[in-house]
Amino acid sequence: MVEENFAYGRSFIHKLDPKIRIIASIVLSFATALCDNLYLAMIYSFISIFLILMAGLNTIDVVKRLKPLFWFLLMIWIILPLTFEGDILYRFYGFKITGQGVVLCIKITIKSISILFLFTALIATMTVASLGNGLHRIHVPDKMVFLVLMTYRYISVIEQEYKRLLRAAKFRGFNPGTNLHSYKTFAYLAGMLFVRASLRAQRVHQAMLCRGFNQKFHTLDDYPPNRLNSIFLMGICGASASLVILEMIWVEI
Amino acid sequence: MIDNDSVIKLEDISFSYTGSDIQVLDHLNLEINKKDRIGLIAPNGSGKTTLLHTIMGLCKPDSGTIKVFGKILNNEKDFLQVRSKVGLLFQDSDDQLFCPTVLEDVAFGPLNLGFSRTEAIDIAEKTLKRLGIQLFEHSVTHKLSGGQKRLVALASVLAMEPEVLLLDEPTAGLDNKVKKKLIHILNSLDISYFVISHEFDFANAVTDKIYSMENGRILRDDEIHIHHHEHVHQHGKHPHIHK
Repeated sequence: MVEENFAYGRSFIHKLDPKIRIIASIVLSFATALCDNLYLAMIYSFISIFLILMAGLNTIDVVKRLKPLFWFLLMIWIILPLTFEGDILYRFYGFKITGQGVVLCIKITIKSISILFLFTALIATMTVASLGNGLHRIHVPDKMVFLVLMTYRYISVIEQEYKRLLRAAKFRGFNPGTNLHSYKTFAYLAGMLFVRASLRAQRVHQAMLCRGFNQKFHTLDDYPPNRLNSIFLMGICGASASLVILEMIWVEI
Repeated sequence: MIDNDSVIKLEDISFSYTGSDIQVLDHLNLEINKKDRIGLIAPNGSGKTTLLHTIMGLCKPDSGTIKVFGKILNNEKDFLQVRSKVGLLFQDSDDQLFCPTVLEDVAFGPLNLGFSRTEAIDIAEKTLKRLGIQLFEHSVTHKLSGGQKRLVALASVLAMEPEVLLLDEPTAGLDNKVKKKLIHILNSLDISYFVISHEFDFANAVTDKIYSMENGRILRDDEIHIHHHEHVHQHGKHPHIHK
């Protein structure tokens, strides 16, 4: 269920410390999200495309990952130009398309795609285990790190249990349709899934206690100090900071 | 009086789940000594798993005493100390393997016992090698097959170097090949263990004594009714099994 297609590679981004990559992606995505200038947003998108190229990822796979985002953007493109106040660009049977609305849509599109690219290049290029390790080392509370790791570990088990339940229902002639019986059956399946998940959580906790679990996060990963790490982080932070400053000056002019 | 040979001693243990009148364990007595290899064959729902969980302190008995290495265990703190010496292999390996990779999972116990990172890796690698599964070291736990998961779960328990091992239906859902491997591994251990199983052949191959359970109590060798034999006789066309 959770595919780690991009996690194994030989690019220089794959060799970077997860901690550095997490910090870099947080800094850069915040800077991108808060940017309000169309031209600067385009510079951010160039940076993210550059990072994707550096990570040596398969372009088609990367574009496929944008699919859920496209639906969101499509909705924005339908709603915003029609509802946003501003100068009228085009009239169409009583509908008004405003220039400001279209500009806002372009900005949102560029910014969201660049943030997604950024995370694909920096975060999707590590395994979930390394992500947990990196989060732990930037002092994210252990409970949160455990939540991420446990979710990753058990989401496939829960999926299997759901499939098993659904299969059992289908073998007894269950044919999902638009009727009360189907809704009720799905509600039963969901309820059963919750019951099973909570029972499993209990057993996993017991198993952890049996092996001396004491609420501490231990990890085996080891990342040797690498000069590339600090250079990369300084590069990203420098670029973001200068773009933010540039935007502030720009606004004043 | 402290009996040096006694590893686990349960005296007069009674247990019932909250909201239920049924006594799952009813004044149960059980003693596991050093070098004991005991099997337990009993029907479903007879309280076998509850028994193991009671020994580990996961279920709190209503009455009776639990002694491990001659020490009476009362509270969570007492149990915490013995959990490293008593290893429990769960029925479902998915419950036991919760780390992303195999090596991390096997090293989880040693790290909790206070070993350093390198020591823990070393112990984990040695344990995996001992069970002949060192190839899985960097595999992702949830992608292993059922048999592989069971062996890794066993490795994760053995990595803590327990003095006694409790196994809850270790052969459930395994094919003959993995079963044989399990038999070989268990027979090569020099610690005492207590195996719950449904399979007479398996229990017979790895243990010296076989107990059963009825009405919340343990039945020892001489009281057991279970038997297993195949024969041909006049009344049936095909050979059949009596249980």
